[in-house]
Formats: sequence, C-alpha cells, structure tokens
Amino acid sequence: MRAVIAEDSLLLRIGVVKVLEAAGFEMCAQVADAEGLLAAVEEHRPDIAVVDVRMPPGFTDEGVRAALVIRRQYPRTAVLLLSQYVEERYAADLLAAHTSGVGYLLKERVADVEEFAEAVRRVAAGGTALDPQVVAQLLIRRHSDPLDRLTPREREVLELMAGGRSNSGVATELVISESAVAKHINSIFTKLDLPKADADHRRVLAVLRFLGIATA
Amino acid sequence: MACGFTVWPMQLMTWPQLVLGRPLRRAGHRTALVAAGLPLHLAVVPLWLWLLGAMAALTHAPGAAAVTPLPVLLTLVVTPLLTVGQRRRYRALVGKDLPRPAAPGPGGNWKTAVRRLTGRALWRQVCYHAVAGPLLAVLDLAVLAVWAAALVAASIYVWIWALPPQWRVTDLGYSTQAAYLTAGGLALLFLGPRLTGALVRLETRAAEVLLGPSRTEKLARRVADLAESRAGVLDAADAERRRIERDLHDGAQQHLVSLAVNLGLARATLGDLPADARKVIDEAHRQAKEAIAELNNLVRGLHPAVLEDRGLDAALSGVAARLPIPVRVAVDLPQRPSPTVEAVAYFVVSEALTNVVKHAQATRADVTVERIGETLLVVVADDGAGGADLDAAGGTGLAGLAKRVASVDGTLSCRSPAGGPTVITVELPCAP
Repeated sequence: MRAVIAEDSLLLRIGVVKVLEAAGFEMCAQVADAEGLLAAVEEHRPDIAVVDVRMPPGFTDEGVRAALVIRRQYPRTAVLLLSQYVEERYAADLLAAHTSGVGYLLKERVADVEEFAEAVRRVAAGGTALDPQVVAQLLIRRHSDPLDRLTPREREVLELMAGGRSNSGVATELVISESAVAKHINSIFTKLDLPKADADHRRVLAVLRFLGIATA
Repeated sequence: MACGFTVWPMQLMTWPQLVLGRPLRRAGHRTALVAAGLPLHLAVVPLWLWLLGAMAALTHAPGAAAVTPLPVLLTLVVTPLLTVGQRRRYRALVGKDLPRPAAPGPGGNWKTAVRRLTGRALWRQVCYHAVAGPLLAVLDLAVLAVWAAALVAASIYVWIWALPPQWRVTDLGYSTQAAYLTAGGLALLFLGPRLTGALVRLETRAAEVLLGPSRTEKLARRVADLAESRAGVLDAADAERRRIERDLHDGAQQHLVSLAVNLGLARATLGDLPADARKVIDEAHRQAKEAIAELNNLVRGLHPAVLEDRGLDAALSGVAARLPIPVRVAVDLPQRPSPTVEAVAYFVVSEALTNVVKHAQATRADVTVERIGETLLVVVADDGAGGADLDAAGGTGLAGLAKRVASVDGTLSCRSPAGGPTVITVELPCAP
C-alpha cells in the first residue's frame, strides 16, 4: 500500500516513516504542511495519508481541514489524523462527514509500532481507528443517554467497535468468544433502537450514536 | 564616603568645608524653606481677622451678615493657589514632591466643582492653610529668631569691634558677658540646624497629612497597585508555564516519542535476537512509553496546550477521560474567561478530581462550569465517602486549592458530611 505523511515535527515524521516502511508501506511523499499534503495527494493518489492535526502556518486545525478536502476530492485515499492531545471536535468533524477510511490517534501511539501499523492498515483498507482517549472523552460529553441502558460489558464492546475493531478483534481484546461478541452486539442494536438493516450499516449507526454524533 | 576621597584633589576643599559644607548647605536650605513658608502660612490670617471682625460687627449691626460669607469664599478661592505654592516651596527647597490627593473624577466643570466642594481634600487643605499654617508660622518665626539671635550673639566680638565707640553698650565686659554671649550664640548655632530640622519634619508631615491623599485614599491606591502587581505576577507565572509546556513539547516529548518508536521498531523487526537482548529492548521500550506518559502528565499539570487552544470544555473533558471513574463534564460558557481564571478553574477541577479518585471511594463525579453574571461558578461533586476537610492539618490538597482560588479573589467552599456526598463549590470573579 502507498502512503504520504504530513507532519511538521521532523523527528516524529522520520519515526512514522520508519514504522510504515517496516510494515510494508511504500512512502510516496513526506511533507510538512497542508498545502504540500494536498499537492502530494493530487500527484500520488496514495491509499492513505497520515496527517498531523496542527501544522504550519497557523498551528490550529490545518490537518483536519486538509483531511476533509482529501476525503471529499479523493475518496480512495483514506486519512489518519495524528494529534498531540485529544480534540474530540476534530474527530467528530471527520466522522460526521465520513464513516469509513478515517482515523484519529494520539501521536504517542506511534510508539506501539505494531498496533499503529495495524491501525494504519485498517484505515487504508476503508476501516476506522479511533484513539481510546477520544472514545472515552466523547463518552463523557454525551448528555442524554439511551446508552445508560447498556450493561458495562456491552459498553466495552461498543467502545471497541467505535475504535474500529472487527468482531474477532473485540473478542481477542475482551478475551471472550466471537459468538459472545455477536450476542452483545445484537443486544446493543436492540437497546439503541437501531432499524433492522444490513449489519455493517447498523454497526456504523451504533458507533455514531455512541459517539453522540448521529441523532437518528 | 569613597567618592569623597576620589574628588578630594580636584575640588581642593579645605577641611572645614568638608566637615561643615554639607550640614551647612542643608541647614541653609531648610532655613530657606522655613522662611519661604512664612508668607504662605500667614496668607489666610487677614481673611480670618476679617471674618472675626465681621462677626463681631454682627452684634450691633445685623446688616453686616451679608459680608460674613465673603472671607470664607475668598479662603476657598485662595486655598488651591496656596496649595500650589506650598507644593512649589517643597519641590524647590528640599526637592520633595508632596503626594497628591486623588483626582475628583471625570465630569464637566460644574460636576467637578461640586465634587471638589463636597470632597474631603479641599476641606483638609483649608484646615492646613487656615489652622495649621498660622500655628506653623509661629514656630517658623521662633526658629528664625533663634537663628538671628545665634548669629548676633556668636559674632558679638565682631559687633564690638565694628561699632563706633559711642554706640556701644557701655558696661559690656569684654571678657565676661561678651564671652558668655559668644558661648550662648555658639550653642544656639549648634541647636539651630536641629530645631530647623525638627520643624521641617513637622511641616512636611503636616503638609503630607493635610495636602496629600487621606489615609483611605492612600490605602485605596495601595490596594489598586497591589491588585495590579498581583495580576501581573499571576500572568507572568502563567506565561512561564505555557513557555515551559511548549519547550517540553517541542523538545523532550518529540525525542522521547522518536526513541520509543525506534525501540518499538527494534523489537518488531529484529526477530533473531537472543532472549536476553529482546528482554532488554522490551524493557527499554516500556520505559520510554512510561516516560512519555509521565511527561504528558507533567505538561498537563503545568499548562496544557489544549486549555490555551480550545478552552475549559475541551481541557476538562480530557482530564475526566483519563480518570478511572465515570465523570460527567458540563461546561456552559458563552465566551471564554481570561486565561488566568481559566487556568485556575482548570487546576481546581483537575486537583479536585484527583482527590476524588484518591480519597473519596466515589463511583462517579460531576463537574459543572457555568457563568452567572460576573462569576464563574465551578462545582465538583462526587458520591463518595465524604469527610473532606478544608482545614485539615498538613492537607496541601484542598487548602492549596483554596489559596490558588484566593489568588484571583475567588472563594472555595466544601460541603462534605461524613458518609458523603462531597460538593466543592468555587466562585471565580471574571470581568464581563
């Protein structure tokens, strides 16, 4: 798979490049700002862009805005945002517009090289990856709560789903069987009054409701 | 003094000049100050005499009543002029600026005039010129008389020598009375500067008390100055925390992440390592990640970037998300308070929540931040065991928070009956 990286901190950029190259990615371009990123995506049409949220010149949300542009103009390029600290509004902005091929992780997660590479691969393949911190924080800000009806175990399952894990990923993480995960997920769908549609769609809806982004 | 020795050869001073020069000059200045005070001090006396005369005239000529307000009015008119004169006298003669009373405040001529008339400053000035002034003039005259007597008596031999014989006091013994007079004159010369000094001190004190700002005004000014300097200190401390946060973020944090990435890569890619080496790398990787986490905690404790960038809502959600118990955060602020107030609110909530986790055995906590008028109200509640004590000996936790809150004139109260729940309420003043 092919990737570009936009990150203004040289050390971190080198680190991410090393991790991705070790994980078998082909690095097409390394840039340090949003403008360079858009040019690189236009030129290389990569499978994924790994993007720092704060970049020159303004050091605010240049990365988020570039990510939204990329997802709109180049649907085949997935975007993984890297952030120094959790800013859940950015994650929400991204997820409200796109529910596939997006991710939002803290920079320190790069150090867990295998997990990080796995998350990049998952997002590049059209999945999602949300930092556990983002999930926890979004949860705190939810106010009215159909989620209160969920059992603690079901909440755990939902949190992991929100983080982008598949059923087998959830099963491994919680050390339970896959059929138990499926049972929990069905229970979650029922409790959240999600319409009976295809499983993937319900899954996305559940996660969005969990994150307080979709109200339907 | 060292400088005295260095200029010695240049100025070619004689020893009496060196010993007496400065005290003499100072005594001269002070005596001039005293002498210049006389006309100013006595300026109001004719007006008083006029007033007294007019009042005495009232007893047998009631028509004179129309005249009595005149001296009072004139006194009011000359008072500011005399005050200006007194200020000049002090500045010119002893280089001292008398502190000024507070300005009467903005407004048109009419309003200002009313404020001046009703304010205390003017009446204290009247008191100085009309009452203290004449009394001081008496003392001025006495001191000047002492100087005159001292000079005449000390130089009696000069007079005896200079005066033609027919004008001399006849039986003045050259050796006895004249010698006594000289000695007395010298003693007065010795006393003169001290008396003058004491009088100048008394005059200065009276002028400061009656012409300067009143005690209340001084205190008000002091409070304003202190409030300003304290705000400056707090802002400087906050700016310093932010600077350290940025430095750590741009330097150490990036290096540590890079280090952890390299160690992680080593662990992932070097498949054929001996078990011992792998263990060492694993350990190093874990420690690097711990160091990152610790540094992040430290930075959050200093002044988190998220607080500066996104405000209280985002920063407090971040704090809550890292706690092991569920915490609800509701921040309702139409606009952001000042950075200093934000920082205090952040630290109070973050410390209070840390305490909840450490001590309260709570299962959940609630944080609300809202603005009511000009107050930022912060409430942290938990369902724990209670018994938190604001005055607990050695308790740096709550007492420290209370101090931090007090530094911006806020208040912290804690209601925590045994058995819980605990509610900490903080009110922080914030300008609209």
